[in-house]
Amino acid sequence: MNKTVNQKAWFLILPVLVLVAFSAVIPLMTVVNYSVQDTFGNNQFFWAGLEWFETMLASDRMWDALGRQIAFSTIILMIEIPLGIFVALNMPKKGFWASFCLVLMSLPLLIPWNVVGTIWQIFGRVDIGLLGYTLNAIGIDYNYTQDFYAAWITVIVMDVWHWTSLVALLAYAGLQSIPDAYYQAAKIDQAGRWKVFRFIELPKIMGVLMIAILLRFMDSFMIYTEPFVVTGGGPGNSTTFLSIDLVKMALGQFDLGPAAAFSIMYYLVILLVSYVFYTVMTNLDKRDGH
Amino acid sequence: MAKITLQNLAHSYLANPTREEDYALKSMDHDWVDGEAYALLGSSGCGKSTLLNIISGLLHPSEGRILFDGKDVTMAPTTQRNIAQVFQFPVVYDTMTVRDNLAFPLRNRGSDPAYIKERVQQIAAMIGMEETLDRKARGLTADAKQKISLGRGMVREDVNALLFDEPLTVIDPHMKWELRTQLKSLHHEFGHTMIYVTHDQTEALTFADKVVVMYDGRVVQMGTPQQLFETPEHTFVGYFIGSPGMNVLDAEVSGDKAMIAGTQVELGKGFGTPTGKVELGVRPEFTSLQSGDVGLPVTVKRVEDVGRHKIVRADFQGHEVNIIASEGESISPDMNRVVFDPAGINIYSDSWRVSPKAA
Repeated sequence: MNKTVNQKAWFLILPVLVLVAFSAVIPLMTVVNYSVQDTFGNNQFFWAGLEWFETMLASDRMWDALGRQIAFSTIILMIEIPLGIFVALNMPKKGFWASFCLVLMSLPLLIPWNVVGTIWQIFGRVDIGLLGYTLNAIGIDYNYTQDFYAAWITVIVMDVWHWTSLVALLAYAGLQSIPDAYYQAAKIDQAGRWKVFRFIELPKIMGVLMIAILLRFMDSFMIYTEPFVVTGGGPGNSTTFLSIDLVKMALGQFDLGPAAAFSIMYYLVILLVSYVFYTVMTNLDKRDGH
Repeated sequence: MAKITLQNLAHSYLANPTREEDYALKSMDHDWVDGEAYALLGSSGCGKSTLLNIISGLLHPSEGRILFDGKDVTMAPTTQRNIAQVFQFPVVYDTMTVRDNLAFPLRNRGSDPAYIKERVQQIAAMIGMEETLDRKARGLTADAKQKISLGRGMVREDVNALLFDEPLTVIDPHMKWELRTQLKSLHHEFGHTMIYVTHDQTEALTFADKVVVMYDGRVVQMGTPQQLFETPEHTFVGYFIGSPGMNVLDAEVSGDKAMIAGTQVELGKGFGTPTGKVELGVRPEFTSLQSGDVGLPVTVKRVEDVGRHKIVRADFQGHEVNIIASEGESISPDMNRVVFDPAGINIYSDSWRVSPKAA
């Protein structure tokens, strides 16, 4: 069969190109523009080459924020993924309670980020917050505005509360799609609960789990609003993650050049990690194929 | 290996069954003799799989008991019944190699590793997968996966029974025949009680010593292929087994004569005066198309030559009547009478066969 060659077909992708240009490429280019120039105000710019990138790569500030960011994402993934799977495994499979649980699980996902932050900010306050007041009343020294560990624990628990549902819902959907015959065969083969999980459930939900990990990684790596509302990055810099630091630099100090260089590198890191995930995910399907 | 007894067994998927239609499986008593190969035959939705799942313990019956060698196992979980079951669609453990898949049921029961190794090799040879033993099961074809499922079902030698739930649906025809032969030889070798669910009559008749025909939630007949052919106990058995199925015509029977729409047919045996809805059943193999004045007047619609014989599709007052004629026989336009061989005639009252009385 001969394929028809028609170069006019390129015009068909023009709308997409225009959309992507306006939504991504053009805004990104302004950032690129700032990252290679310097200004002394009055809207006058000078060519600075890769100077800002060199400055940022040499700054402890960015590396510290990156370290905190990686620690944060790692911790929440290590809690949310197993916890989400555990919750999904224990949710009812059908009937009224299944729907009830689904609605209940979805609730945290429907709350806007800044509201989540505000809820936890008040919830954890020592003077009026239920959590902060109770903990102190029973003799636990908890104050997220002063204590490093209290601040981290609050931010992590908040994220776990907000997002474990997403992992649970995805895992639940994956589990629901496993045909009954698998569980029946496992019974016939006398496989125990752990083996059922290890050899049936886990392999079958691996695909959705990868998506859950990817989503949670990207989202947690870019987290801004909740910790900003709760701790404002403190105490000290202890919960200053990449986004918070970036906003401080760009809007607080108005260091547009370094901030632009910073955000480009930030963007590249996320892109790189997402690419690695994508490759792993697509290979997972093909593995041992032919 | 065990004798399996079903006592007053019935099952309904509804919580509070009241009417008979609520039951997927109607009350039945049945013995599965130790070491026999049975085929459970019936159309889709007649309760075959329900019955199978009750035997393997995946489903608990709403009523009645199930005994293995006289021991009540009605409420015993699958793991305690020591049953092997193969499902309609392949179930393999994707992340394991073929070898580990086959070894899985043995390992879970803590068998000796040396024995497992040897046994897996044997089974692999039987299903023709020695070459692929070290491949991951993920990515194999549906056929290959189903062969693994079969292999996993057969790997244990001490099972009480081997249950197959339409296991060859996804396998291609050539392999089907080969695997069925393997199953049969396995049966001869080890003497497991085997129950093989299928809706394919050829599969049932070639596999089993005894065929159990189910219809609408009950067992309508159990017998050898020959019994099912010659004396179908229920009109469903007549329709379902045979190609084409039995001709069933409304009749008025009195003694050894039947009246079919005004034409008298000799039955050769006395049947008294059966009541209810009386029908006459005769397989196409026991009919012949003739010219002359004897027999039922029919109109020949078409003749199909299937190689071994000819199938004549004829019309008798709006009812289709199938006649089998031998390959050499020529069908001429003046042949418009169908004659039944009395030896092949069965009489049914409300769909159930009436035994002939001694004349």
